Amino acid sequence: MTSPQRVTPPPAGLTGVQLLDLYYWMRLTRSLEERLVSLHRQGKVVGGLFRSLGQEGDSVGSAYALDPGDILSPLIRNLGSMLVKGATPLEVLRQYMAKAASPTAGRELNIHFNDLERGFLGQVSPLGAMVPVMAGIALYFKMTRQPRVGLVYVGDGAMSTGAFHEGINFAAVQRLPLVVVCENNGYAYSTPARLQTAAERLVDKAPGYGIAGVRADGNDVVATYEVTREAVRRAREGGGVTLVELMTYRRKGHAEHDDQRYVPPGEIEAWEGNDPIDRHLARLRTEGWATEPDIAGVDARVRRELDAALAQCLDEPFPDASTALAGVYADPPAAPVEWYRRAAG
Amino acid sequence: MTETTYLEAIRQGIWEEMERDDRVFLIGEDIGALGGPFRVTEGMQARFGAERVIDTPISEQAIVGAAAGAAHMGLRPVCEMQFIDFIACAYDMLTNYVATARYRAGLRTPLVVRGPSGGYVRGGPFHSQNPEAAFLHTPGLKIVCPATARDAKGLIKAAIRDEDPVLFFEHKYLYRRVKEELGDGEEILTPIGQARIARGGTDLTIVTWSAMVWKALEAAERLAVEDGLSVEVLDLRSLLPLDEAAIVASVRKTSRVLVAHEDTRTGGVAGEIIARINELAFEWLDAPARRVAAHDVPLPYAPTLEDFVLPQTDDLVAACRWLATY
Ligand SMILES: Cc1ncc(C[n+]2csc(CCOP(=O)(O)OP(=O)(O)O)c2C)c(N)n1
Repeated sequence: MTSPQRVTPPPAGLTGVQLLDLYYWMRLTRSLEERLVSLHRQGKVVGGLFRSLGQEGDSVGSAYALDPGDILSPLIRNLGSMLVKGATPLEVLRQYMAKAASPTAGRELNIHFNDLERGFLGQVSPLGAMVPVMAGIALYFKMTRQPRVGLVYVGDGAMSTGAFHEGINFAAVQRLPLVVVCENNGYAYSTPARLQTAAERLVDKAPGYGIAGVRADGNDVVATYEVTREAVRRAREGGGVTLVELMTYRRKGHAEHDDQRYVPPGEIEAWEGNDPIDRHLARLRTEGWATEPDIAGVDARVRRELDAALAQCLDEPFPDASTALAGVYADPPAAPVEWYRRAAG
Repeated sequence: MTETTYLEAIRQGIWEEMERDDRVFLIGEDIGALGGPFRVTEGMQARFGAERVIDTPISEQAIVGAAAGAAHMGLRPVCEMQFIDFIACAYDMLTNYVATARYRAGLRTPLVVRGPSGGYVRGGPFHSQNPEAAFLHTPGLKIVCPATARDAKGLIKAAIRDEDPVLFFEHKYLYRRVKEELGDGEEILTPIGQARIARGGTDLTIVTWSAMVWKALEAAERLAVEDGLSVEVLDLRSLLPLDEAAIVASVRKTSRVLVAHEDTRTGGVAGEIIARINELAFEWLDAPARRVAAHDVPLPYAPTLEDFVLPQTDDLVAACRWLATY
């Protein structure tokens, strides 16, 4: 065992175990995406692949600030938040590969899936839509006087939608227990944040809604945790909505097919030096919060878990076509088979 | 001469109209430096400048609403929906504001809303939709759905020149799969509201549009070879206004008609077309007019499910055989 040189007291009320845990979730997110990249290249991923490289810190840190019973809704780059809330790599792999055993039985893609018991509500593609929906979940918490909190993610792009505005405004007026996390990663597809808003900072919108606003370094997982934790506390105690702006950067394209031609030269490279995992690891080491064997143990665990998940699902079948028609309504239980299929026999 | 893809044809059509008329401008998400996710507007910002190729925030209502205002003042906006599924976010603007403007307020609103529609691409429920039925029920809008590269070009140009708002639903499955030679220097304009006989025939008519035209042509070929049937394929090209005369003429000729579309059945456009056939050509029918459409479910992601839900060439063949032997 290597014993640390010195140990600084852990920040933000976190224990050493939790600090290592944050590393685990970030590493799991990144490694899972790396596995997905190679599956995508092999043609095993049916649709597009979306990366959160360099943004794992803001997803993990913010979701880690929630308690069991709280519910979050992710956007496309919040794989890490989903994992923290209990979604498994096996489920995610199956979703991307449209397996019959996936949580949506092959109907929906990537991280569009839910489990309200575990505390995550998958998004739909139309951006901003989950803000009013999560306001409704927070409304339920308020109406039933449960000390639970909702958290919804938006990007710098999604904040431009009408649905975002209506949802956050409604939540603000109702003083709902909702945290709205804006992941400001600089771009919405090719559009830089300065073409989304004339506000200097996205968090400057908070006073306009009459809610609290706070901004933090999204590539600092501990700082992210800390500001979100405070927003969650405020929401839980009846203090209403907080807009949390987390500053980060999307190092990969919008999706795997995007060549990022619109990014100025040098920008991506500059952000490589501000990697949330590297930064957290460096602190774990220099502050003496984790030992080398601790870190190696996490890495090995992540590898083991991903190997097992992949081995389990790689060769699983697509859903059977006969399942396509069920479940549009509670009643009737299935849509009819069209006459031309019956005519074909 | 080189062949032009369906995608390139749309791009050329927009480009030519931008060159021809400086009132034409483009507005949408990621259409500038990126050229849109499919590159339909590639190179346009470099050529025409950021004032005429405007990258917007993610705000479909603002895109369509601002286009309407600019159109009232005499400009000719062409709006891009990044995927046509998100036209739903501008539904209020299009149906309550844009579509009613001329009738209720005497306002001219010549604008185009275009974007990639359609399935067969494993896009899942939100990147595969065909929203024509949602807008067919709205007097004041026009709807066009090209199937060929020639019509993609001819209809986008006609749409831009039209005095009224036009929804231009381009099919992403066709973008790079369909190509043809388009005469150099030839001005291609496809009149809105006119159907096209994609294949002549005497025994049976398939009325369809967009990507389904190609499946209908495949089916017609198979039925000719395997069954000796002469199947006419009528490519509507425009859904609003609908070319009733062309539909009726074909039905009078063949007396058996199948209406096929990719969108779901209930409330789909086929219902309207069959009602018109019933009203205008009932005496000529030797069999009930029938429709082939997608099953009534949201479009699923997995290949096995998507292939089951959407109509395939085999389905058109089976339906035609049923009609032919009725
Ligand atoms: C209403 C709507 N319009 C357009 C799109 C297409 N689209 C998907 S993701 C995206 C960019 C999202 O940017 P942002 O919200 O900043 O999130 P990021 O991708 O940067 O994480 C766009 C325009 C969409 N999904 N929904």
